[in-house]
Amino acid sequence: MTTISTPKQSDGRKAGRRSPLASVALIAIGLLFTGGAYAAFSTSTASAETNAASQQTVGEGQKLFAANCATCHGLEAAGTNAGPSLIGVGAASVDFQVGTGRMPMQLNGPQAEKKAVQFTDEQIVSLAAYVASLAPGPALPDPSLLDAEGDAAKGAELFRINCAMCHNVAGAGGALTQGKYAPALAGVTEKHIYEAMVTGPQNMPVFNDMNISPESKRDIITYLKYLDNNPSPGGFALGALGPVSEGLFLWIFGLGSIVALTVWITAKSN
Amino acid sequence: MAKDDNSGKDLTAADSSSVGHEGAPAGTAVVVRDAVANPGLPPHRPRVTDLNPSAERRAERTVYTLFYLSIVGSVFAIVAYMVFPIIPEEPDSVRLNNLFIGLGLTLALLAIGIGAVHWGKALMFDHEGVDERHPVRGSDETRERAVEIFHEANVESGIGRRTLIRNSLIGALIAFPLPAVVLFRGLGPQDTNPAAALEHTMWKKGTRLAIDPTGTPIKASDVTLGSAFHVIPEGLQDLGHGKLEEKAKAAVLLMRLKPEDINEPADKKDWSYDGIVAYSKICTHVGCPVALYEQQTHTLLCPCHQSQFDVTNQCEVIFGPAKRPLPQLPITVDSEGYLIAQSDFTEPVGPSFWERN
Repeated sequence: MTTISTPKQSDGRKAGRRSPLASVALIAIGLLFTGGAYAAFSTSTASAETNAASQQTVGEGQKLFAANCATCHGLEAAGTNAGPSLIGVGAASVDFQVGTGRMPMQLNGPQAEKKAVQFTDEQIVSLAAYVASLAPGPALPDPSLLDAEGDAAKGAELFRINCAMCHNVAGAGGALTQGKYAPALAGVTEKHIYEAMVTGPQNMPVFNDMNISPESKRDIITYLKYLDNNPSPGGFALGALGPVSEGLFLWIFGLGSIVALTVWITAKSN
Repeated sequence: MAKDDNSGKDLTAADSSSVGHEGAPAGTAVVVRDAVANPGLPPHRPRVTDLNPSAERRAERTVYTLFYLSIVGSVFAIVAYMVFPIIPEEPDSVRLNNLFIGLGLTLALLAIGIGAVHWGKALMFDHEGVDERHPVRGSDETRERAVEIFHEANVESGIGRRTLIRNSLIGALIAFPLPAVVLFRGLGPQDTNPAAALEHTMWKKGTRLAIDPTGTPIKASDVTLGSAFHVIPEGLQDLGHGKLEEKAKAAVLLMRLKPEDINEPADKKDWSYDGIVAYSKICTHVGCPVALYEQQTHTLLCPCHQSQFDVTNQCEVIFGPAKRPLPQLPITVDSEGYLIAQSDFTEPVGPSFWERN
């Protein structure tokens, strides 16, 4: 068998090599190999994180998106008149908006309110993976930045410069224009604080890593967690809203007790 | 209550209204017969402590108990000071220290006050008396004597006669406050027009925009869409003296919008760079820092008096008491891609002042 077949094979090879299409086929195979290897290599380095989100998760997310989000954001997430495009907003944005219950939005208003979370953690991961698969955007923060063990004093300085004008120096929140407001930051999870800074949800400006480095963001989170875990040294903080609540308290209880005492002092004893 | 010299009568209905028209000539006044009668003072009502000896003893007990409580409060405050010291680095300790010292002192002072008032109201004699008003006008004798005293003083001191002494004294009194005026002027800027200091800031051609507080210069590529950077001029952090004064004038908010969202007049077309705009952070109303930037509506809100500025439209005022738009800082990029100022602000930043054109 072998002795008979060998000449046949060699004949075929010879014929193949002589064929005018052989060189074309060889180049095509070579290109396929290098291109495939390059593609495999580049995807494995560039999207090492998104690798974790398997194609199945993305598919799951796409179904969830089509069922729950596409009414406003469009089937292709390219946005409609009712909602903005989500192409390029990244996984961090989805995790913040859906993870805090702001999305899906309950009703149209000045801004999306925080409410009970509508999806399970796995569903949020799938949605985030799907939106992240559309275009690159801010990824979920690294857990090492969320340990709230940075420099609280440095974080406080950065918070006063970048955040306190809207969120109040004690993170108590504050009013914006036309019914919008900056929410209170007490009790917000480290991850959501970080994601809000990176993505700039709704009317909040974006604070990218060039503006506030990831390390500084960790310091800011440390400061906010410090506020959460330590009572106000002044005692009764009255919502930490400053002159409004403090003045109201004094007008009602301070002046009230003075008036009551005056009435008692001047009344005749019975 | 002790009676003074003028409390002539003891609790009788004042009958002053009944003497109304006695002095008027007949026929010149109409006597109103149904005028509201003076009801006088309510009848004296004895207190429980006057009638019931046990109530009196109870009131006495209450008063001295309050005074003893005050002593307890004072001692408590001292003990609290020792037991709850302020420990550095522990905010809780401040709170406990303040709370317990405050409670002790409150008890100490309030108990004295309430006890004293209760004592006065329930136990001290409760004579009621009427004090008639003193006539405002002095007697003719007193008035004449007063004029006489002035005359005597004039004659004896010679202030009317010795005009040189009088005038020099007046001059001395006028001159005395002048040093204070000069000293106050010394607190202001020297050798310059104080208004000029308000007209210029640290920004000049080529100054790089830097991040507050680190002073890191900003590249145009760092400013992504929707970003807001709090900006100081590069080199501000190296200033020793006067750093805060310069910062108070030069603070800038840097934002990036979509270039097509910005509506720019022809002469200010090159003041922004690819949708990046820089505006003074000092409100033109009374100078609060305007930094509440809403990145979707592109509105800047001043937290003090709710002035609102439209970033897409040269920061013109769209609401509130501010009268002028926020001054824009003309910016561009240098050869290394860093954002730089083209010049200083072209108008004084902040609120209006007298010499402002």
